Amino acid sequence: MARAIEFQNVTKSFRGSSQNAVNHISFTIEEGEFITILGSSGCGKTTLLKMVNRLYEPDNGKILLFGEDISAVDVVKVRRRIGYVIQQIGLFPHITVGGNIAMVPNLLKWEKEKTNARVEELLTLIGLEPKEFKDRYPAQLSGGQQQRVGLARALAADPKIMLMDEPFGAIDSITRLRLQDELLTLHQNMKKTFLFVTHDIEEALKMGTRVIIMNDGNILQFDTPEHIVSHPADGFVTSLVNSAKAKEEFWEKFK
Amino acid sequence: MIDYLITHYDDLGKATLEHLQIVLVTLAISLVIAAGFTLICSCFNQIAQFILGLFSMIYSIPSLALFALLIPLTGLGKTTAITVLVIYNQYLLLRNFLAGLDEVDKSIVEAAIGMGMTPVQVLIKIKLPLAKCTFFTGIRIAMVATVSIATIAASINAGGLGTILFDGLRTMNSAKIFWGSLLSALLAIFIDGLLGFLNKEDKSPKPPKIPQS
Repeated sequence: MARAIEFQNVTKSFRGSSQNAVNHISFTIEEGEFITILGSSGCGKTTLLKMVNRLYEPDNGKILLFGEDISAVDVVKVRRRIGYVIQQIGLFPHITVGGNIAMVPNLLKWEKEKTNARVEELLTLIGLEPKEFKDRYPAQLSGGQQQRVGLARALAADPKIMLMDEPFGAIDSITRLRLQDELLTLHQNMKKTFLFVTHDIEEALKMGTRVIIMNDGNILQFDTPEHIVSHPADGFVTSLVNSAKAKEEFWEKFK
Repeated sequence: MIDYLITHYDDLGKATLEHLQIVLVTLAISLVIAAGFTLICSCFNQIAQFILGLFSMIYSIPSLALFALLIPLTGLGKTTAITVLVIYNQYLLLRNFLAGLDEVDKSIVEAAIGMGMTPVQVLIKIKLPLAKCTFFTGIRIAMVATVSIATIAASINAGGLGTILFDGLRTMNSAKIFWGSLLSALLAIFIDGLLGFLNKEDKSPKPPKIPQS
């Protein structure tokens, strides 16, 4: 398998902060993995994610995508090769659902027929009937439907790498569970590499083939969900795992 | 009052058209210049406050004084009038244009940048369409202000409805004062209404929000 994403001793700090937001981080992600990044707010997980599509530039170190140093590639080209989904969804309110999904293909100057076919294919994939939803505006959709469109928009140009920044953070728990399952099915059928940021340990362990646990800009553990639960690397990870177990006990009371 | 309208309708019509001409020429020039300043300000955030501050300072100078200041440079007449009106408009337009761009939801802009739009594409495809309403508000305010300040420009021989108004003041002719004021007020209301109508007509259908499922 190819190395999809590689961080080599990457550091990033923000002005006015003495601490590094991301502190000398190195890791390698193989193609087709679903990596979740877990940590509390301010731990550097979003910073790490945004360096992959160069919304932030690292102060030090190198980031390679499929062996290619992204700082050497035109920034716009890097981003068009990567799918990007954010918590606030960020659909363009003045453009129809179809137009939103077609945006990156249009930027890449695909032919009209190809783009149209792709839009319909994706709408079907995310479970929205193309005829009914293509010409709607984002405000006419529910929150869950909007994030489905956000996902379809990110998938439009068939990127090999998908970045997702707490994509289900603002969605009610029933819809979130359904979207999680759908995304896992999508991942199994597509063999794309996913980098998925979340602060919810259950989501991280459920979705990830491997999980990165971050705190204060450092990676505390990067391992499979099973191994993290059975062999937590340090006190912080232990307390995270215990917090999830405590929740379980809470539900036991109602049985 | 009505007598004056019947006997002098041609003078009134001519003055109204002249006034409208000043306003429209001012609008065209103002928009081009304001668009340029908006671009500069949105690219270089540091100087935006400076430019805006400068125009707000100029805006606080009484129009009569600004007309007088420019006479040595551009003389009496329409050129001076339009120059002053354009300068005044910059504050109103620039302020609203920048506010409009600034109000666009940050997450929408981030999504646009993150998917690989160039800064120009973000501006044209996303920010401008979403800022259009605020832009129109700025243009409407600027136009109403222009109609009213343009009457004062008659004091430097720029013509327009101000000529009739000032004539009336000088000769204590209440009919002239009445028609001069009324017509410029009507002109302001008409232009404001027209721009408001254009903005509404041009809006993409904004459907009602469906509550989240």
